[in-house]
Amino acid sequence: MTYEFLMASAIGVLVAGGVYLALRARTFQVVLGLTLISYAVHLFLFASGRLVLDRPPIWDAVQGGALAEYTDPLPQALVLTAIVITFGMTAFVVILALRSFLETGSDHVDGDTVPCDSQDGMADGDAQP
Amino acid sequence: MAYPLTLLMLVALPFVAALAIALLHNAARAVHSGIAAGASALGLVLLALLAGPVLGGAVPSASWSWVPALGLDLTLMVDPLGLMFAGLILGIGLLVVIFGHFYLYTGEATGRFFASLMLFQGAMLGIVIAGNVLLLLVFWELTSLSSFLLIGFWQHKAEARQGARMALAVTGGGGLALIGGMVLLGVVAGSFDLATILERGDIVRASPLYPAALGLILLGCFTKSAQFPFHFWLPHAMAAPTPVSAYLHSATMVKAGVFLLARLWPVLAGTELYTGIVSSVGLVTMVFGAGVALFRHDLKSILAYSTISQLGLLVMLLGFSLEAAALAAVFHILNHAAFKAALFMSAGIVEHETGTRDIRRLGGLAKAMPITALVATLAAASMAGLPPLGGFISKEMMLYETPEVVLFGLPWLVPVLATVGATFSVGYSLRLAWHLFFGRPREVEPFKRAHDPGFGMWAAPALLTVLAVLLGLIPMTLAAPMVGAVTGAVIGAPAPEFDLALWHGVNLALILSAIAVAGGVLLLWRHAGLLALWERAPLPDAKRIFTRTMGFADKWVRKALVATHTPSLQNMLLASFAVIAALVIEGAMTGGGVLTGSRPGLPASIPAIVAWTLLIAATAAVVNDSRNRFRVLIYISVIGLVVSLAFAQLSAPDLALTQISVEVVTILLLLLALNLLPKSPPLLSSAPRKWRDGALAISGGVLVGGLAWAMLTRDPGPSIAAYHLANAKSGGGGTNVVNVILVDFRAFDTLGEIIVLGIAGLGIFALLETTAVGEAGRRLRGWRSDMSHSPERHPIMLVMASRIILPLTLTVGIYLFLRGHNQPGGGFIAALVVAVAFLVQYLAAGFDWSDKRRRFGEHRLIAWGVLVAMATGLGSLAFGANFLTSTFEYFSLPLIGKFELASAMAFDTGVFLTVFGAVMLALAQLSHIAQRAARAATSQEDTAL
Repeated sequence: MTYEFLMASAIGVLVAGGVYLALRARTFQVVLGLTLISYAVHLFLFASGRLVLDRPPIWDAVQGGALAEYTDPLPQALVLTAIVITFGMTAFVVILALRSFLETGSDHVDGDTVPCDSQDGMADGDAQP
Repeated sequence: MAYPLTLLMLVALPFVAALAIALLHNAARAVHSGIAAGASALGLVLLALLAGPVLGGAVPSASWSWVPALGLDLTLMVDPLGLMFAGLILGIGLLVVIFGHFYLYTGEATGRFFASLMLFQGAMLGIVIAGNVLLLLVFWELTSLSSFLLIGFWQHKAEARQGARMALAVTGGGGLALIGGMVLLGVVAGSFDLATILERGDIVRASPLYPAALGLILLGCFTKSAQFPFHFWLPHAMAAPTPVSAYLHSATMVKAGVFLLARLWPVLAGTELYTGIVSSVGLVTMVFGAGVALFRHDLKSILAYSTISQLGLLVMLLGFSLEAAALAAVFHILNHAAFKAALFMSAGIVEHETGTRDIRRLGGLAKAMPITALVATLAAASMAGLPPLGGFISKEMMLYETPEVVLFGLPWLVPVLATVGATFSVGYSLRLAWHLFFGRPREVEPFKRAHDPGFGMWAAPALLTVLAVLLGLIPMTLAAPMVGAVTGAVIGAPAPEFDLALWHGVNLALILSAIAVAGGVLLLWRHAGLLALWERAPLPDAKRIFTRTMGFADKWVRKALVATHTPSLQNMLLASFAVIAALVIEGAMTGGGVLTGSRPGLPASIPAIVAWTLLIAATAAVVNDSRNRFRVLIYISVIGLVVSLAFAQLSAPDLALTQISVEVVTILLLLLALNLLPKSPPLLSSAPRKWRDGALAISGGVLVGGLAWAMLTRDPGPSIAAYHLANAKSGGGGTNVVNVILVDFRAFDTLGEIIVLGIAGLGIFALLETTAVGEAGRRLRGWRSDMSHSPERHPIMLVMASRIILPLTLTVGIYLFLRGHNQPGGGFIAALVVAVAFLVQYLAAGFDWSDKRRRFGEHRLIAWGVLVAMATGLGSLAFGANFLTSTFEYFSLPLIGKFELASAMAFDTGVFLTVFGAVMLALAQLSHIAQRAARAATSQEDTAL
């Protein structure tokens, strides 16, 4: 087991879960899906600087400015802004979903009040009691 | 005074005035009109300083580089043509401001009025003194926009809104064509500098692109100057307040097209194509407008159609491609500006003092309002082209030129039609004056009300009429130097010999002129019969055609949209994901399809493997259990925690801090939103659909995971990290390289980002602020808590603990902020930590308690944050460095010792304020809504009990 494998597989799992949830019909599920995809994207961006242990990009007079002594700071800076922007986006989407629910009475992403697959019959037994 | 400064002030003054008026919008009317008049007067003084050199042959100009890559420079230049137009814009602008001060009724939004007026004035000035055609386009668009505001000033009137919209659609559409034309022109001429283009007329006319450029530019000019068949917006623009009409339709807006034709005369004129199109369009417009004006009843409508006709005359003269005709056009521009502004103002006075503009209800007003009658009659006489007024001379000059031009191979066509147009002009001018001021009053009520206004209101039209008279009596003294110089500027060569005089002996022009006057009198005499005839004729209504065309376009755009765009998020996302997956596969194939590279891996520790297992399990739980929404939030926070641990482990302490604090805020937000959303809704998706989505999701996961694996097992390419590491301390003054990148190397990104975050915060505010009304409000009031609550709303333990935590968390926040430049921390993280500290108060003690103790406004925080960050960036410009260059210095204080102060710290403060403001705005607003709903629910339960 290497860190690389853990990182790559985690990214894959997060993307798979995120894509599946983003394709669901309820706004809240889509928000969750976006959140999972965001985690994956952040990790992926971060991983583009490659994985390095115990060499944070904090400049040190002893080590000087040699590149080999530190991990790549640029992906970190990019991911930092990405995390904050993701918060802004998530917040906005959540509120949009809330507003759309309050306006239409439905939390379906396409604003449908009827179930989209009603012709297939709501076969799932675990519908809301 | 140096030219550059004068020119810059000249064009900046109206904009500054507009801003000042807008800021003082609550002040008295006199303040608004005072600022506007002061700016116009000061502009006139500046122009007067330039007038001497300009008429002496100099062309004051100044240029600043703006967007050199596009050829867009801020070049300003005043030649005689620009000087004359600038004089008209400022002079008539000043008079209109004075007139408008008295015209507007009490309680009207004078601030908005004068601010828009000044905005418009600035835009017009910009057009006439722009020395770069791209700059000219910028101002051109500004006139369309600001005239939209002016025409639609009375927003409560439907016809004002429609008129404004129509004007914007037509002139804005023409503006688009003009952009195309100007770009072509610049490409052909090899420069966007106006002076250069003017010298390259031969190259332009010889180019194969000339017809296209000409057509597009003419479209822009014709729409702006209301030439047939684009004339229809102008009469509908009469829904504007009369001072606006007087300004826009005498000397400015509609003259912009004429100005541009004159400006580009040396480049475009002279070809058969040009002469054919421009002079025939002008001719048709002149006759058509004059004919319609004869039969309108609304004073302003008559003036509108007469303006169309007069503009047609000017366009036709410029279209003749003759130097003498250009001279006539220049002189007529002066005349028209004087008499038309005077007439519009007189119409405004009549409406103001009688309550109507319908000429059929008025009459005999000369007895009731003699001053207005005198002013308006003289102006109308000039419009009719009667001696000894200025209009007579320019009309003579026009008629004198007509036999020189042969259109469609018919030598008589132009003189005959021009005479017909002149006849109509005499007709409508005489009718206007006669039916309004002479004969008997047609209705009693408006006549009884009628009286002359105060001096303030008639002064401006009177002054203009005096000018119109003097232009006829002493044209050589008053106007000749100006007309000569301007004509020279138009034709790009010394002006031909000319003599502005009332009497040139008996010639063809005089005979045609006499025929026109006689015909006009005849028209007036027989007007009633002709009117009956006109009203029986089936005439197309331009407005209806316009509305139908717009409706048609609207319908088809809608159809095209629906055909190409599925309004289903699910389908769109499905398609997007599928396409991305296909792209990844395609890329992997092209790259050779080798998955694993040669870079050695880092053996993972046991805790790392445990954390990884947690993450996988939590993700599976989120997907599996996504309908039990509260539980899902716990799984999500597990994932977030593992991600931040990963960052901490893999040498990214800043990211770990950011991730963990964002996590807390996000979960809080989702909790609050979930409170109002359905908790566990029924399933919607069918099994096949789930299988399909599941397959796509898994292949997506495998692909992205594989991509990450392929990347991680290969060595990175050359990185720019070395630069950042080497210069962080010496150039940016900080040892935390990530933070230095954020606030220094890539500070522009950060600036954009905090602006986006601020906008998101404000957007959330806007979305939630309006939930109290309408359907959403009804639903919110009907909200019922569907969960069991703790009997104690605010447990005392939690409340007390949160109050102790507050100062501690704040201290941590400040600490993180201060050390951010050198150690993990910084504005982002500190803002999130401080926001969490406050949100905990909301959570523990309730919205009401916390809100009462809150001392800051989130909107202000966002605004100040962005402003502080911007100001820091701009500050470096003052020292000659690039935008957002940071600087730092070491200071020493007793006790504390040596410490460093970087300008990046100020930038980080801006980041802090914006992030904090946006987060607080979003969450506080949401909890406010939730609180309101909960309170409504509780009170209803109480009453039910």
